[in-house]
Amino acid sequence: MSTATAVLTGAGRRLGTGAPVYALLVVLLAALAITEPGFYEPDSFLAFIKRAAPLVILAAGQYLVIVSGGFDLSVGAVVTAGVVAAAEFYGSFPDAPWVLVTAGLLAAGAVVGLVNGLITTRLRVPSFITTLGMMLILEGAVFYWTGGSPQGTLPEAFRAFGRGTAGGWLPWAVLACLAVGAAAWWLMRSDFGRTLIATGDSERAAALAGVRVPRVRTLAFLGSGVAAALAAVLVAGFSGVSAQAGRGLEFEAITAVVLGGVILGGGRGSVVAAMAGAFSLQALFTLLNLQGVSGALESTVQGFIVIAAVGLGAADYGRLRRRRTPEESA
Amino acid sequence: MTAIRTEAAPKPARRFTRRRRLRFNDPVVGVWLAAAAVTLLGWIVVAIDGGNLLSRTGVTGILQNSVALGLVAVGQSAVILTGSLDLSVAYLISIGTLVAAETMQDGSVFTAVLAVLGLSAAVGLANGLIVTGLKVNAFIATLGMAFILRGWIEDNYTGPAGKVPDSFQRLGYDRIGPVPVSVFLLAGVAVALWLITKRTRLGHHMYATGGDEHAARLSGVRTKRTVVAAHVLCSLCVGAAALFLAARLGAGAPWAGTEARYDLESIAAVVLGGTALAGGRGGVAGTLGGVLVLSVLDSVFNQLSVDPFFKNVVRGVVIIAAVAIYARPRRTTPRRQPA
Amino acid sequence: MSRTRRRVLPLAAAVLAGVLVASCSSDKPADSADGGPSAAKESDSKQSKFFDQGDYERQLALAKATPEGPQDKPWEQMLEPEMQDTAKYKKKGSGGINLCFSNAGVFNPWRQVGLKNMKAEVKLHKEIADFTVLDAQGKDDKQISDIQELSGKNCDALIVSPNTTATLTPAVKQACGKVPVIVFDRGVQTDCAVTFISPVGGYAYGAAAADFLTEKVKKKGKIVALRISPGVDVLETRWSAAKIAFDKAGLDVAEVKFTDGDPSKTKSIVSDAISRHGDIDGVWMDSGATSVAAVEAFEDAGKDVPPITGEDQQDFLQAWKDKKLTAIAPTYPTFQWRTPVIAALQILEGKQVPKTWTLPQPTVTQQNLDEYLQDGMPPLHYAMCGCADLPGYPGAWGKK
Repeated sequence: MSTATAVLTGAGRRLGTGAPVYALLVVLLAALAITEPGFYEPDSFLAFIKRAAPLVILAAGQYLVIVSGGFDLSVGAVVTAGVVAAAEFYGSFPDAPWVLVTAGLLAAGAVVGLVNGLITTRLRVPSFITTLGMMLILEGAVFYWTGGSPQGTLPEAFRAFGRGTAGGWLPWAVLACLAVGAAAWWLMRSDFGRTLIATGDSERAAALAGVRVPRVRTLAFLGSGVAAALAAVLVAGFSGVSAQAGRGLEFEAITAVVLGGVILGGGRGSVVAAMAGAFSLQALFTLLNLQGVSGALESTVQGFIVIAAVGLGAADYGRLRRRRTPEESA
Repeated sequence: MTAIRTEAAPKPARRFTRRRRLRFNDPVVGVWLAAAAVTLLGWIVVAIDGGNLLSRTGVTGILQNSVALGLVAVGQSAVILTGSLDLSVAYLISIGTLVAAETMQDGSVFTAVLAVLGLSAAVGLANGLIVTGLKVNAFIATLGMAFILRGWIEDNYTGPAGKVPDSFQRLGYDRIGPVPVSVFLLAGVAVALWLITKRTRLGHHMYATGGDEHAARLSGVRTKRTVVAAHVLCSLCVGAAALFLAARLGAGAPWAGTEARYDLESIAAVVLGGTALAGGRGGVAGTLGGVLVLSVLDSVFNQLSVDPFFKNVVRGVVIIAAVAIYARPRRTTPRRQPA
Repeated sequence: MSRTRRRVLPLAAAVLAGVLVASCSSDKPADSADGGPSAAKESDSKQSKFFDQGDYERQLALAKATPEGPQDKPWEQMLEPEMQDTAKYKKKGSGGINLCFSNAGVFNPWRQVGLKNMKAEVKLHKEIADFTVLDAQGKDDKQISDIQELSGKNCDALIVSPNTTATLTPAVKQACGKVPVIVFDRGVQTDCAVTFISPVGGYAYGAAAADFLTEKVKKKGKIVALRISPGVDVLETRWSAAKIAFDKAGLDVAEVKFTDGDPSKTKSIVSDAISRHGDIDGVWMDSGATSVAAVEAFEDAGKDVPPITGEDQQDFLQAWKDKKLTAIAPTYPTFQWRTPVIAALQILEGKQVPKTWTLPQPTVTQQNLDEYLQDGMPPLHYAMCGCADLPGYPGAWGKK
């Protein structure tokens, strides 16, 4: 790789992979301000972030998997299974302390991610299939266990994390969102982050450079599993027991990450941009809701905007990408 | 533009040599053997339970249940071979049944068939152009298309609509001996797709594009055109599935495609049939085997009255296990990158 | 290899042609003389895009009528029945009854509670030797196959809960020729079934909820209407009846939104509506799954919960009582899952049953709330299950 291209690509990476999503986010937030003058009052803005938090956390987790060259389609099922399992558990043990249940859910999420990662790396099953299978297994298993719907209620103490506020004004969900954001940012700056991106960029090159590729990719799945479990805790807190809490969230999370300019297939994109993608998506949902676009047409508008936004993002950087490929395959 | 070449890139050069080697390693042979094994095992288990899996109604049921998924999965194979994928099929089926039933109510069956196939081709063309022209990843492009179609359905329909004349409903209900006539529709479409993929220039280009898009382009393949063609072919198959479902349901149904989750089910069937999700390897024959496995499993579960939630668990395990088995023999190849 | 294929092909074609001629048959019901008029009837009922003035008026009248039958067993009651003779279906010979059921699926808690009711009802009757259930998992195509399979399985009677109204008509018609069929919940567009069982219906449901709001909310008050999803026939009727009531009373329907039945989305929609309109004077819902989320949205915004409608789901009834809401809960009772079994047995004994068995559709109000709210039932349980006298209650329904 010549130095000139290297510099160009590097610049493209730093600026390129995120720039369009920030523009999109600014446009959407401005549109929200015009539609809804009260939107930037602290209360409603914090409420917006709180609502976006589960998706943002899912996007951060999904980013880890996507940037290392995979997919995680099981996150929606993890959220559903998490909410239902928590309710079912509280049905049998109504007095369980919330810390224990939350920690248990996070651990279970980690196990699901670990299994996803091991199947993908050790058995060489493409992650799309692994996580699609995991989605069927989790949904089937949790409803088989509960006979179709959970048989307990979630106590307020457990729900406070997703519903309540710290100090009466700052929602816990916002804090969780910030913490995950900071952790992800720090993680991607660390050695691990760099090896993760290198793995997604070219597994072979990474392996030759001494990266333990299977371990790195498995850890990425593990991260996504934990993030999904955390999202489950927030969703359960926010809206309570539901048998369809995570429906469609896997697609929303992947869309958010791609909106953030992260390339499916791995190797490029920043985690902050991915989370900005999640905020953009949530802003879009809110805007469509407030605009009162005929309820039925909402999804059409959403489809157009997502395609257009990703198309615009791709158009800017297509040239750089094409230049890069021949040298790598040479 | 490449869709989901997320796992190790396949090596097109090796493909031709490996295809001629050792047939038992071939996923196509494998999946058909698996289908036979599942049928045999299922027959035994059901027999122990006191039933008969392969009674006349049983066989008809298995075949009948394969048709709709089979048509979609055959189309899905075409796009996946080319390295793309299509998540919009479920909504396209719903719209297809609605357009078919409404056109048949007011006009002729012939116009309806043309209308559905025309609409499908247009959606496929749009998918292909978004993927190649706008360079939107196929996952997002077709997901976006799915949302667009969903809005269209929800805005225009409030439930089942239209009416399919009895003459056309025969496609959904007639049978020859134990074989439903719709199976011949599936067979016809599958043979056509098989011929296109294995015997025509377009087909070779599809394999080449899916195997390594860059190399294909360097050797003169018009990869964009190939991807667009694959998407159109896929959508036409979906259109055929919609026509079949319209014949079976007697009306158009806004949820015909989505409730059966044809998007993910068809991808599962394709992968079960040994087609690599990254593209370039596999084909229609294996896909049909994959569809048969799923359909026989369904029938066995039905006979045994297995809890529907438990079915999903088994399906998930089967899909992962099958692909793990396909991936296994290649591990011995020294140059293979870790996935 | 390709050469052999070329030789095999004509042979295969010849065999195929032979088979075609020899054994062509159809599972499609023969088109008899009555095909004409019934087809005409179907297109009539469809023209209005689900709103049917006649049905609307009939349902509102039925909702006020007094049902016949035992008062403490609403699942055996019927409204304005027109009895018919069923002697021709009387089961001949002795031996246990083989009862079959083609279920659309168990994809929501309403159906899960319902299926539990039905299975428990079957246990009450020793004469039922075998009860076969096929689950279509929400797929019309599969349910058609299921019905075909069941009608070839020596069932004495076939119960069908159709996934979709129009699309299962051909399959049900076909089954009618072989076995007495009982359809319930959603109807099909044929009257070949021995009896069709359902509660009063969607118009009555929607009107009951809307009338409560028109009574409690001042004129010009702002109403938020939350619907599950567009295009579901039984839900469309609920909304069209509510719309009529709101328009007549001069209420301002500020928002009509689809929630997909997702509590999280519901909460977001209601919060947005609150910040947008300031005060909301009433909330109308086309079904209960998300009412608690709507209630919480008001709480989280620090507002009083306005008059709200829900359904007989446990979590809503509990919130209603705990938070002293002004509320009403029309029901689409799950006790209707018991009736088909009872009807099947009556038919097989040759006893009279009504052609259209309309069940009462009680409403949970402030007065009778305590009667229906059972402590300890799971949050997604439906109180109007009529299941208290069934074997296994309440443990099998999930009480801890």
